[in-house]
Amino acid sequence: MLEILLDATVRAGTPILFATLGAIINERAGIINLGIEGLMLIGALAGFAATHSSGSLLVGVSAAFVAAFAAGSIHAFITVQLRGNQIVSGLALTMFGIGITALFGKQLVGLTIDGFERVAVPGLSQLPVVGKAIFNQNLLIYLSFFLVAAIWLFFYRTRWGLAVRTLGENPAAADTCGVPVNLYRFLAVTSGSGLVGIGGAYLSLASTPMWIENMSAGRGWIAVALVIFAGWSSPKALLGAYLFGGITAMQLRFQALGTTVSAHILQMLPYFFTIIVLVISTLRLQKGASQQPESLGLPYDREDRK
Amino acid sequence: MPDFLKIEHIRKTFPGVIALDDVSFSVAPGEIHTLLGENGAGKSTLMNVLTGLYHPDSGEIRIDGRRLSFTSPRDSLACGIGMVHQHFMLVPAHSVFENILLALDNLPNLFSRKKYRARIKQLIDEFQLDLDLDSPVWKLSIGAQQWIELIKLLLRDCRLLILDEPTAVLTPQEAERLFKVLRQLKKQGKSIIFISHKMREVMEISDQVTILKKGRSIASLTRGEYDERKLAALMIGADKIPEWQKNLQLSTQISLDIQQLSVRNDRGLSDLEDFSLQLIKGEILGIAGVAGNGQKALAEVLTGLRKASHGRIMANGEDLNNSSARHSYIAGIAHIPEDRKTIGIAPDMSIDDNLIMKSFKNSAFARGIFQDKKSIRRNAQEKIAQFAIKSGPEGTPVRYLSGGNIQKVIIARELSEKPAVLVALYPTRGLDIGSAEYVHKVIADGAAQGMSTILIAEDLDELLKLSDRIAVMFRGRLIGFVDPQNSSREEIGLMMSGETGENDGGEA
Amino acid sequence: MKLVTERREISSPLLRFSAPLISIGFALFVAGFLLLASGVNPLEAYREILIESLGSLYGLSETLVKTTPLIFAGLGVSLAFRMQIWNIGAEGQIYIGAMAASGVALFSGIESHGLMLLTMFLAAFTCGGLWAGVAGFLRARWQVNEVIVTLLMNYIAILLVDYLIYGPWKDPKGFNFPLTAQFSDTARLAEYFDTRLHSGFFLAVFVALLLYLFMERTIWGYQIKVIGSNPKAARYAGMKTGMAIFMVLFLSGAIAGVAGFSEVAGLQHRLQHGISPGYGYTAIIIAWLAKRSAGGVVIVAFLMGVLLVGGDSLQLLWQLPVAFVYAFQGLILFFLLASDFFILYRVKLIKGAADA
Repeated sequence: MLEILLDATVRAGTPILFATLGAIINERAGIINLGIEGLMLIGALAGFAATHSSGSLLVGVSAAFVAAFAAGSIHAFITVQLRGNQIVSGLALTMFGIGITALFGKQLVGLTIDGFERVAVPGLSQLPVVGKAIFNQNLLIYLSFFLVAAIWLFFYRTRWGLAVRTLGENPAAADTCGVPVNLYRFLAVTSGSGLVGIGGAYLSLASTPMWIENMSAGRGWIAVALVIFAGWSSPKALLGAYLFGGITAMQLRFQALGTTVSAHILQMLPYFFTIIVLVISTLRLQKGASQQPESLGLPYDREDRK
Repeated sequence: MPDFLKIEHIRKTFPGVIALDDVSFSVAPGEIHTLLGENGAGKSTLMNVLTGLYHPDSGEIRIDGRRLSFTSPRDSLACGIGMVHQHFMLVPAHSVFENILLALDNLPNLFSRKKYRARIKQLIDEFQLDLDLDSPVWKLSIGAQQWIELIKLLLRDCRLLILDEPTAVLTPQEAERLFKVLRQLKKQGKSIIFISHKMREVMEISDQVTILKKGRSIASLTRGEYDERKLAALMIGADKIPEWQKNLQLSTQISLDIQQLSVRNDRGLSDLEDFSLQLIKGEILGIAGVAGNGQKALAEVLTGLRKASHGRIMANGEDLNNSSARHSYIAGIAHIPEDRKTIGIAPDMSIDDNLIMKSFKNSAFARGIFQDKKSIRRNAQEKIAQFAIKSGPEGTPVRYLSGGNIQKVIIARELSEKPAVLVALYPTRGLDIGSAEYVHKVIADGAAQGMSTILIAEDLDELLKLSDRIAVMFRGRLIGFVDPQNSSREEIGLMMSGETGENDGGEA
Repeated sequence: MKLVTERREISSPLLRFSAPLISIGFALFVAGFLLLASGVNPLEAYREILIESLGSLYGLSETLVKTTPLIFAGLGVSLAFRMQIWNIGAEGQIYIGAMAASGVALFSGIESHGLMLLTMFLAAFTCGGLWAGVAGFLRARWQVNEVIVTLLMNYIAILLVDYLIYGPWKDPKGFNFPLTAQFSDTARLAEYFDTRLHSGFFLAVFVALLLYLFMERTIWGYQIKVIGSNPKAARYAGMKTGMAIFMVLFLSGAIAGVAGFSEVAGLQHRLQHGISPGYGYTAIIIAWLAKRSAGGVVIVAFLMGVLLVGGDSLQLLWQLPVAFVYAFQGLILFFLLASDFFILYRVKLIKGAADA
């Protein structure tokens, strides 16, 4: 029972994990991205369409990354180069994503593909309790493990990462150190968006190997909230995403067991919990448990006189 | 020796402001070149042009005779120009190590932390600085933060170092140490541009002085060609400084009695510690101290922007910290905030609307819940005339006014209610001489009518000129009082560095 | 050579006024390619939109019917915008308002027509307000991000309505469809000209007028503007910003909630699934396009009404999904943000260091 629940937790949490990681990279560079929901849909559709026409999951995942990268570049261009309002631009991206995927996904509704299959890691997958949940999963989940570590190393062990973190805190400091502010911010937004796209692709290539209109169902927004919970750190994002995976898994389990509680009420739980978690993490933030990037949401204008 | 840097006819305008009109000067290798000018003369703007942050409208920058055009700080760094900005370019949440690391120009993408730690540590030891590499920058004093900025430049092997008013955040003794380092660098052949408006420092350190006035370079003089009086005359020019008659007979009435006030910041550190002070009716009490030693916290707690963690503020026998009198008191206290644009005004709104920000509910401007637009307009017309505010057409958002005019809007609003107490933070910072004199006059006039003023300023001359008493602050504590008529700058300077003065008044 | 940007001294009023129109023009242009890609001739589609929405008295009445909830929701969102508060939850607030009004209509048993409508209105107003007020409270008390809270509460609101219409409120005679029983005549707004145009539209325009007076003539409106322009200055002037944040979000949600009342009482006469096909999201665009004015909200809401009616006909004619309208709205916003840049800045070419 616990094994099954853990396994379902990891599977339900992974798309949110990818999206949260992408959002963290955005916000670390100082750009809020409320387009996560739209980017997930774009990733999901692009991944599904590419896999369906090529027959290759690798092509699908790459297509998801590229499509979300491209869509994210709209947000990046508007917020970085044009210093536009990040909140409005992000919302526009979400609307755009919902609309355009509905339009182009229409022909793909009802089609199926062979999705990602489980690949057991020899030996480790036999571990009690956690073995199945961690070491008998599909390749995308292994990729997410790798990314959690890689992103942490990137931020804390490379010059690029240090530069990106500085952009989120004080872009003027980075600028006077010779960091190309706009270029780095642009790349952080676009590559973060690409990761969000892979999160979307997980939905259409692994969770349910088909395309359903609006299939992200608010996961993008949960990811945006989880960034705060995670304190902008990738290992904590993993924790947060699995927390939500766990709630989703339990809710589905309840439904499967046929409780008398309405499915609609159960479906509210993840959103409800996200709000609670958001409140708690905001309170912790104020107590100094972690730090929001200081220049988050602020455009950088070199000649702006303070 | 040929000049390292030559600047010719630089001009830079901002919306509504000519920051630099026509500036030319040159710097030789191994020269300490001072830029002298009043606040608002354009010194900082000029340096931002030189470091590639601002792009000039016209003019030339030559380095080693080669004409260059900087499009970003990257370009100017590549030419060996580095700057310690007045607002430090540091990340408070990052460690000292990370802040310095980013400034290294040859740092590989995957780097060995050990190797670079050692290199930075070595430099810190060389200058005998007491810096913990792992401490986050926000924990450090402002003086220490400035050293980090300097280390960033030294590690880059800059050929020209620009220091923008570095002594503003240092005690006179710390400033001496900085000068020692600068002379050492000079010997190594580095050029230094030193910005200041403090005459004695300029006399002490400079090889060359260029005087800026209203965005123009009006003279460049070599050591020996100038003395203090000549520089002052050039800098201030035709603007006459009137003498004040100080209010010699102070009343005995106490308008504000601050008892053992402490304020803690978000990070749990003490910004204000056990601070006691009695403000007498009609006096101008100057507060001296190096920036960042609790002045801002004092102003904020007095004006109700922050809460005291301990202590009392008594007025008319009531404690204003926790009583219901708090709100009416806060409405009655005038405050000229340090950061005008950030907290003084609503930038998108008109002068009319900004002038009534504290009194919009008064019967003069409102009938019930409705605003009386006519009387609001009339009030604005009166204030604009009375304070000689240069406003645009009716309804222009105040963000388009110049700094001096914004300051006048704030002062007009704050003083219109005939406040009993005025808390003024750096009220003349960034103003031209004329506007600054005007502000002084308004404060002195207020005092004559019984208003008590707490004047927080960084310029000792300003404090000495206006104040009836001067209190000195250090690390959030009151170190002592001095009488401006019989004390020297050195005495005050010593107290600013934490040494308790002889005429001790505050500390128990 | 390098491009640099520089702030304009004062933006030209002509540019400011024409920017939204130019943005819509560009969005139409780009959306044309999206239509082409899905096999629809864009010119034909645009002509269809205009004819369907404005070409006949019936079409116009349908447009006004769609405009009605958009005005309410747009006013709600724009009120919060004035204070730099982001109410992304108008969609949920519409659902909650509709739910509250329906509850009164179905279960209160009030027999007087006027009293019934008034009670429904107040229920929608209060519940919509409280729903948004949760986010307002969290933001005012603990600085919790109101964007995320209002948005997540949309999902909860929609699920809550679903729960009711699939469960306890389901019409027993409704052949198991997820909808409530029809309202009695006492709970219906007046309709005009034999069309579906109902008095909710006039209520919406009236609320716009009230909101204009509120913002421009009262001391509350003044405070909202000061807080919106600079919250620190407002705090420093002694204004209670926390209370203001709560009140503004409450009012914002309340007005959006009234849209729900107007929809169920004027149009649908019952509570059912999909009572708002995204009016709350369109409201964000309306508020952003209308910038600061209540009058602007009415005009832009009408334009969006044209788009929605036209979108419906595209769905009928070419089976385009309704969500396509979202893509179009997203494009408008993108171009509007881009045009904001050119209003504030000018771009010029300068020589780089390398060219010297």
